[in-house]
Amino acid sequence: MRLPASAVLLALLAACATADGDPRDPFEGFNRGVYKFNETVDAAIARPVATAYRDLLHEEIRSRVRNFFSNIADLFIGVNNLLQGKIQDGVEDWARFAFNSSFGLLGIHDVASDMGIEKHNEDFGQTLGRWGVGDGPYLVLPILGSSTLRDSVGTAADIYTDPVGDFRPIRLRNSAVALRLVGVRADLLDASRILEEAALDKYVFQRDAYLQRRRSLIYDGQPPREERIREERSFKTPVNVEPAAGVNDLRVVQHAHDR
Amino acid sequence: MRTIAKAALCLSAALLLASVQGQEATPDVLVKNVTLEVVDLIAKDKEIRGNRNKLIELINEKVLPHFNFAGMTALAMGQSWNKADAGQKKRLTEEFKILLVRTYASALAAFAEQKFEFRPLRAKPTETDVTVNVRVLQPGAQPVPIDYSMEKTASGWKVYDVMVGGVSLVANYRTEFNNTVRESGIEGLIKSLSAKNRTLEAAGGAPQK
Repeated sequence: MRLPASAVLLALLAACATADGDPRDPFEGFNRGVYKFNETVDAAIARPVATAYRDLLHEEIRSRVRNFFSNIADLFIGVNNLLQGKIQDGVEDWARFAFNSSFGLLGIHDVASDMGIEKHNEDFGQTLGRWGVGDGPYLVLPILGSSTLRDSVGTAADIYTDPVGDFRPIRLRNSAVALRLVGVRADLLDASRILEEAALDKYVFQRDAYLQRRRSLIYDGQPPREERIREERSFKTPVNVEPAAGVNDLRVVQHAHDR
Repeated sequence: MRTIAKAALCLSAALLLASVQGQEATPDVLVKNVTLEVVDLIAKDKEIRGNRNKLIELINEKVLPHFNFAGMTALAMGQSWNKADAGQKKRLTEEFKILLVRTYASALAAFAEQKFEFRPLRAKPTETDVTVNVRVLQPGAQPVPIDYSMEKTASGWKVYDVMVGGVSLVANYRTEFNNTVRESGIEGLIKSLSAKNRTLEAAGGAPQK
């Protein structure tokens, strides 16, 4: 059942592959279609529900919900850190889980952060990346949004190992999954508004931000320096043309240069 | 929490005074002072947070002088920058500046209630190109790093890129800009930037300039 479905998906993707365009995003046509679908679902359901959630519930309550799911996630964040050979980080994640589950009353209080044990951000996609698996083509997944081929595999593993998926009865599990989704979307309301404002082409802006963000996460915020930006500065370093205090002398130079 | 805020306020006031009296602040101190000053103003004045144009005014006054917008625009344009003539460069910089200030204002408003952590700069005093690291601490989530790339100019330290959570703002505009230039030229890019700004302006209420 699963295999034929993915075969169909791959065939669809291959059919949509275009010759020109961004080499990181060979299936742009297909991805834009899914993106549009996601936008529609988001505007119709996810955003209104998330907005209501944020407006109706006090931050005090929302942060308890956030902490509860964040605590459960620390278990496999720890596993991923260990898989990446970061023993100390992994031990910290499990220490967080131990403290927060007990003293933090099933995780609703993040006492570990107050103790100075910082939260990490890991998932199976990052572990694969750390192991040397490249991004692969950029993909927009239905509902889940931005991903890459590697991160889609990672996300499948994340979902498979998700402790919330083991909640029983099924109704409790479904409610928990839904509540978590709403909470995550509510926390992204500001970010999505900023994206809306900042981007000329939201699809491109979000894609590039995702790829940059993942690269940063894989290297825990210390990616090997891409000298691109700095190197290019040497070919042209324009002077500030803003009326900033004290740069008037420089503006004169700029204007002279312009003419 | 409140004591920390008070302590930070006193500290920033002291540092601000020091930086005004001393001739030149180091880039990390500069970032800290400006950030704390602006965040504090936003936190104290509920009206600013609700009124986007007032917020933009505040950013224009406090933050803008420390940014090298022409440099940012050139970097975001990449190779296309050299295709623009002097007048176009000026208009591009102006429109991009308006867009960036608005984006920055929204981001600050969203972060204003969080705690900031300022990292001391690890750079030799002779360096003229540095990265200043700031972190936004939020409960139940990994801290968000904000990195300012800064260079020393004749008029002091200027920011030429901001990275939020590892995402470079300048690099993120590059594909969009290059696509637009390829499709409709430099004029097309200026047009779409200014159309974007007009739309946001209309949505944000009274004109901001």
